[in-house]
Amino acid sequence: MENDVLTLGGHTFTSRFILGSGKYSLDLIRAAVENAGAQIITLALRRAESGETANIMDYIPDDVTLLPNTSGARNADEAVRIARLSREVGYGDFIKIEIMRDTKYLLPDNQETVRATEILAKEGFIVMPYMYPDLNTARDLRDAGAASIMPLGAPIGSNKGLVTKDFIRIIMDEVDLPVIVDAGIGRPSQACEAMEMGAAAVMANTGIATAGDVPAMAQAFRKAIEAGREAYLAGPGRVIEHGAAASDPLTGFLEAKGGEA
Amino acid sequence: MAKINGRAVPEADGRSLADYVKEQAYRLNNIAVERNGEIVSKTDYEATILQPEDVLEIVQFVGGG
Repeated sequence: MENDVLTLGGHTFTSRFILGSGKYSLDLIRAAVENAGAQIITLALRRAESGETANIMDYIPDDVTLLPNTSGARNADEAVRIARLSREVGYGDFIKIEIMRDTKYLLPDNQETVRATEILAKEGFIVMPYMYPDLNTARDLRDAGAASIMPLGAPIGSNKGLVTKDFIRIIMDEVDLPVIVDAGIGRPSQACEAMEMGAAAVMANTGIATAGDVPAMAQAFRKAIEAGREAYLAGPGRVIEHGAAASDPLTGFLEAKGGEA
Repeated sequence: MAKINGRAVPEADGRSLADYVKEQAYRLNNIAVERNGEIVSKTDYEATILQPEDVLEIVQFVGGG
């Protein structure tokens, strides 16, 4: 486990928990980051508020890598514009591409995401595209220069878990890039299952931000993700669809009372 | 007059971007500026004089997934 690192765009991380920073009161963010043990935090870019308003940058530890997203983008051009501005703020080359045309289910536009990935990878960004789990798109994203693939488990913020499990598994089997399950992961058990399947990391936000005790839930997620990773590396045991296999010896039973066999 | 983040800002005309940003108490470590569709590098804020026809977007990081 000591040498088990996640590599993204030449950077290595020992944590496999990417934490979203949305929906928290600012005073809870630091505790969430620390309890999560997260080394990568996502952020969004919006019009700045003037004046001495509370600033999220004051609550994120300096050694954490920032992963800005392109939320608000409805097409590749808007995502590229947001990515360039995000890089200009001055915290590195990571960008999570998020392009949505659908406002009800917030599903990503895979085609535009491929287009934005191609442009930004050429400009030296470490591109982490959020996508609807489709094998062909995942291959296109790889060919376009993505550093990872981020398929959704369920609609953003729904806490519904690994609804798209079988399709994420196909991407894991076929595309040789870190697969990071993003969106919809609402409980530690779901994060653990994603890791057991072979996810390189899990990204979560709402599941923690909407918990009764935010720091405690951040820690629960951390443990679940670590457990899932260990289980994956250990190689989970096989499943028997029909029948059973005793865990106990099937010989040496006591004789029935009264001598009846 | 210059339009900044969607709002007309008469007092910005003729000022340097560096002055405007300082006056508005924007945090330099958490902003990026786009002027008429082009990113303004932080080292150019001083030399950038805001013009009446300018359209600026000043952005910052906020919490997000």
